[in-house]
Parts: sequence; structure tokens; C-alpha cells
Amino acid sequence: MNHEEINPVPIKHKYFTPGVFILLIIALNGLIFLMGRFFFGLGSVTNLNDQYPWGLWIGVDVAAGVALAAGGFTTAALGHVMHKEEYNAIIRPALLTAMLGYTFVAMGVFVDIGRWYFIWHPLIMWNGSSALFEVGICVMIYMSVLYIEFLPIVTERFIGKVKLPGFLSGLNNFVDKLLRLLDNGLSKTMFIFIIAGVVLSTLHQSSLGTLMVIAGPKMHPLWQTPILPLLFLLSAISVGFPMVIFESLLASRSLGLKPEMHVLSKLGSMIAPILGIYLAFKLGDMFIRESFVYLKEFNTVSVLFSIEILFGVIIPLRMFLSHKVLKSPLFLFIASALVVFGVLLNRINNFVVAYNPPYSTQSYFPSFGEISVTIGFAAILILVYRFIVLNFPVISLPGLRTAQPTKYTIKGAKK
Amino acid sequence: MPGKSRRDFLKTTAVIGAGVAGLSSSTAKAAPKNILSEDRMGVLVDTTVCVGCRNCEWACKTAHDLPAGELHSYEDRSVFTEKRRPGTKALTVVNEYSSGKNSNLPLDVKVQCMHCDHPACVSACIVGAFSKEENGSVIWDTDKCIGCRYCMAACPFQVPAFEYDKAINPSIMKCDFCFNRTKEGKLPACVAICPVEALTYGTRTELVKIARERIKRNPDKYVDHIFGEYEVGGTAWMYLSSKDFSELDFPKLGTNPAPGVSESIQHGIFAYFVPPVSLYALLGGIMWISKHRKELDEEGKL
Ligand code: SF4
Ligand code: SF4
Ligand code: SF4
Repeated sequence: MNHEEINPVPIKHKYFTPGVFILLIIALNGLIFLMGRFFFGLGSVTNLNDQYPWGLWIGVDVAAGVALAAGGFTTAALGHVMHKEEYNAIIRPALLTAMLGYTFVAMGVFVDIGRWYFIWHPLIMWNGSSALFEVGICVMIYMSVLYIEFLPIVTERFIGKVKLPGFLSGLNNFVDKLLRLLDNGLSKTMFIFIIAGVVLSTLHQSSLGTLMVIAGPKMHPLWQTPILPLLFLLSAISVGFPMVIFESLLASRSLGLKPEMHVLSKLGSMIAPILGIYLAFKLGDMFIRESFVYLKEFNTVSVLFSIEILFGVIIPLRMFLSHKVLKSPLFLFIASALVVFGVLLNRINNFVVAYNPPYSTQSYFPSFGEISVTIGFAAILILVYRFIVLNFPVISLPGLRTAQPTKYTIKGAKK
Repeated sequence: MPGKSRRDFLKTTAVIGAGVAGLSSSTAKAAPKNILSEDRMGVLVDTTVCVGCRNCEWACKTAHDLPAGELHSYEDRSVFTEKRRPGTKALTVVNEYSSGKNSNLPLDVKVQCMHCDHPACVSACIVGAFSKEENGSVIWDTDKCIGCRYCMAACPFQVPAFEYDKAINPSIMKCDFCFNRTKEGKLPACVAICPVEALTYGTRTELVKIARERIKRNPDKYVDHIFGEYEVGGTAWMYLSSKDFSELDFPKLGTNPAPGVSESIQHGIFAYFVPPVSLYALLGGIMWISKHRKELDEEGKL
């Protein structure tokens, strides 16, 4: 067996590039509108009203954000639970994306709810019948789990390298010992968190689908179905690996690294079957409920539904079946980007497009402010991601052996 | 030793399982008040009797400390040119429609929260800020609400409104069935002021009887349908009309309670936490086996 050692290192690359400056401007623009929201209320920045209580922020920042962070639990399941060591190189980047992704989901919720200072209420005020309550609780716990899973990367970065400035330097030894203790404790118990992370993810990924079930006939029949939770879970699983490929290729491009094609193509070869299952359920549901009749009309709803299925599922499914695509970074990137786009559109469709209240007088389109905040958040996420991979051992470089491979297995299996 | 360690693992799993199961029993209690009392109250709205004086709009605002203006300003009938909805400035509004069968008088429809028997808002609210009270009122608790607006997405009648223009403590606004008045034995403000008795306040059971009686006595006048008797599992406010309710902008709704499907999914996934805990155990098992198999493989190779 040829063991592929993983060797994550902080990447040496300069932080500021023209692209980074553009992202900074986008981020700043978003923050300005965000201030408006906090000083003058939601109505001043958003196009939300009593007819359309939820808009872009719930659809994209929250719902799509959770789905696109699914790379974290899918790779954890593959690498740690099923113990496929060949994928170790992508677990850390996926973990980082998930951690940042969920952090921004939480921020999305924070800015969207009218009384942000009560965001902690669900912790002590429970409503077991509410799907939103379950999503909220699971996301909170899962986010903590992600932070715990990320901790060893932090300890690894600093163990043996603690250099506190000036008079604090006397504490160097002590802090180092503390880190080692933490690291030791974490690696023994990590399997608990890893499994918990996967369970929590399946729970809230599906409950996110349950959210709109209660809206009943207010939601267009092309999307409204009792199996929404299953569709949400399947689409989240199917976007997990494409998202990992997508960002891995983007990151290596931007940081001037060689793409990890051997891992990525192997990962890519698993996507088609998963997408196939999702497509089967999606189409099967459509035929059982006979909702395809709505596709005969030509309108926004039917067009968006068709784009979602065709470009988001069918075309990438076909692409991932081809060897040529799996071997080419460009095609692999396109196919993955299509799946990412498809799930993004699916969440927008479910939460925004499909929602049609009985007394609507005008339709909803996000305001400039809403869009600014959403892309501003995305820009900040990329900037933080970049900072972390430049300073912490996240991305693995092929052919180097610099760090201990950290692997978590079930404690009992250790000899 | 693998044998001993496996026992360790199973023990850990069991402990976690027990912990989660403990949580689940407290969840059962931590649910909002949702009482479906035998003698819950309701209101029967007879749209053929209502004259569209809009006094109820004024009374409702006054009873809820909303700016109401002068009572006589409500005589202005020009507001009827467009269809209005209850919102943050008015918890109830009256809309006017052209006449129904065997009459040339217009139909006037008072709109407010329906106080559903199985309210979607109560089921949906993330923190249980909505509750269905003993007397049938569905009310909202400002001390709990976080402003997520899920109740608005859930309500089949598109009733709850939100104060989008407030930066601090925006409220969810909707008719509260005058909970504070009925508590003291007073009538709801709108019922009390109505000059033509278009609104009848009483127990829901009684109201259904009255409504049936009216339809039976005047089959030429009324359509044979009490809106709210069965819609979304029944509502406390019910309507009589001389015209199909869809022509009065009532939403077409089935008889199943609005939260039904979503609650059964929710309770299915969380049936005493058995599914999540079994998934946890299953994944733990897979993790243990795949690691162990790998080690055996490697030993065999040596
Ligand atoms: S009409 Fe809407 S707000 Fe009123 S009780 Fe029913 S679900 Fe709740
Ligand atoms: S807006 Fe308030 S009342 Fe409505 S669901 Fe959210 S927390 Fe509950
Ligand atoms: S019952 Fe009270 S709150 Fe409801 S519409 Fe009548 S006056 Fe307004």
C-alpha cells in the first residue's frame, strides 16, 4: 500500500493582491448597508414586507450557506468514519470552509432577525414542534463541534512555537504545555465530535427542508412536497464534494499551487451516483405529485425550475460520468461549479421564488442593500479563509513531510 | 486490546445516548401552550349583515393603543376602492365586495387573525412566543419573540405583520382576540362596538349551530358554507356569506390542520431521539470497523 502522507502547512504567499483589494471594497460596501439595517431597521435596507417575510438573506446566507458548507460533514464521513485515508488532504480545507460557512450562516441569521439581541432565546425557550427551532439548535451545536474539530490545527500551529512577546515570554513553557495537554485530550475524544458532527448535519440539513413544508399552499407545487427534508438532505450531500473540488481548485489557482488532481478526480468520480440518487427522487416526486403540469406554462417559476434541474443536476451528472472531465482541472471545475450553482439556485427557489402568499400585490426582488450585504459577507468569508490558510496548516502540499498527520479514529481501535 | 476498547466505545455511546434521551423528555414539556378547549370562544362574522361602517377598525385601534383618529373619519367609504390587509397600523380592516345572490346590497368582509384551532404560527414559532389560550385566543408574547418572522411564513391566512421600520424591538402585530379585555369579562372591542350585530361572540360550538340555523332559515340568502368550520382544521372566527368565499378573497384551503405534515415529519425525525442516536451508533460502528479492518489488512501485509 502506498501511503499518501498528508502534510498541511501554512502556505507562503503574499496576502494582498489586486483581487483581495476588490474583495475588501465589496466587503466594505456590505458593511455600510449592514449599519443601515442596525440603525434604521430591516425595512430601511431590505425589500421585505408583510407579504414576503423572508428574502435573499434567508435563502442565500442561511439556507444556501448551510448547504454549501456540507463539504465538512461529507468529507468527515468519508475520511474519518469510513476511514479512507487517501482523502485526508482535503479534509482540513473542507473543515475550514464548513467552520467559516457556518459562522457566516450564524451572522446571516443575526442580521436577519428583527431582535438580534435575543438570538440566544432558542437555547432556553424551546418549541419541539418547530422545524426552525431544530435547525437553530443543531446549527448552534454543530458550529461548536466544528470549532472543536478545528482546534487541533491551532494547537499544531503553536506547539513548540510559542513565542510570547516581552515579559510574557516567561509563560512560553506553560502555554506550550497547556496546548499539548489540550491536543492530547482532543485527539483522544475527537471521534465523539466527528460522529456528532455528521449526525447533527444530517439532522439540520433535512430540517431545513421541513421549514417550508408548513407554508403549505403558499409555496409553489413544483417545490412544495412532503419529501422536502429528504430532497434537502440529498442535495446537501451531493453538493458536498463538488464544493470541496470547486474551492480546492480556486484556492490552488489563487495561491499558485498545483491542484491536487489525484485526490480531486477520485472525489469527482463519486459525485455522479449521489447526484443520480438526488435526481431520481426529485423527478420521482414530480411524477408522483404530477407537478410537471406546471412546467408546460412558460413563466419565471417554470424556467427557474428547469434551469435548476438541467444545469444544476443533469448536465454536471453527465459530466462527472466522463473520464475526460475527471482528469481535466478545467472541466472538473466547471462541473463542480454547476452543482454548486444548482444547489444555490435550489435554495433560492425554495425560499424565495416558490413563496407566493395569497394576498401578494407585488413580487419580491432583493434590494441593492440586501445584495450588498450578501456578497459582502461572501467577500469577508473569502478574505478570512485566505488569512487562515496563509497562517495555519490547512492546505497540504504534495511531496512535503512537515507535519504529523493528525488522524482521528475511534479511541477503542487504537492499540 | 480491541475487545476491551470496543466496550469502552459502546459505553461512551450509551452515555451520550442517555444524555440525549434525558434532553428529549424535557423537550416534551418545553412547548408553547396550545390548548383546544371544549368551550373555546369564537366570532361569527355575517358578511351579509355588515354595513361597512368600519367602527370596528376604530375600536380595535383604540383598544390596542394604536393611533386611531376620529370615529367619524371612518365614514369615508373611498377606502373600499382598494382591498386592504391587516398590518402593523391596523389589526383588522373591512373590505367591500359586490353583492351576492338575491340581493343588491354590497358584502363587507372584516379581516383579522382567524384564531385557528390548530394554529400554524404556534407550531412554527422558534421560541414558542405564540400560544393558543384556553378561551381560543392565539396570542403573541413580546418577551420571547426574536423577530425571525417564521410565523409569517407559516400562517395560511397571511395575517401576522412585522414592524420593519423599527431598529429596536420590532413587534409582530396581529389581532389578539382582545385577550386583555376578555380576561376581564369584556367583549372584544370590535364586537362591542358593532352597531348591526354583524359579529356574534360565543363559544365556537354555539356559533356553528347559529350559523347552520341561519343558513337553514335563509337558504336563498346564504351559500351553504361556513368558512372556518373546517378550513385548516377549524378556526375560531367563522364567516357567512351570500357568495362563494373565493370571490371574497378567502384563500382556498383544505381541511387538514396547517401544521400537520410538518409536525409529523418533525416528530418522526425526533421520535424520542431514537433516529439520531441510532445514526450515531451506526456511524460509530462503521468508524470502528473500517479502522479495525484497515489495521488487520496492514498486519496481514507484514
Ligand atoms: S390565522 Fe394565522 S396568525 Fe391567526 S391563528 Fe391562524 S395561523 Fe396564527
Ligand atoms: S417572529 Fe417572533 S413570533 Fe414570529 S416565529 Fe419568529 S420568534 Fe416567533
Ligand atoms: S378581537 Fe380585538 S384585536 Fe381582534 S379585531 Fe376585534 S378588536 Fe381587534
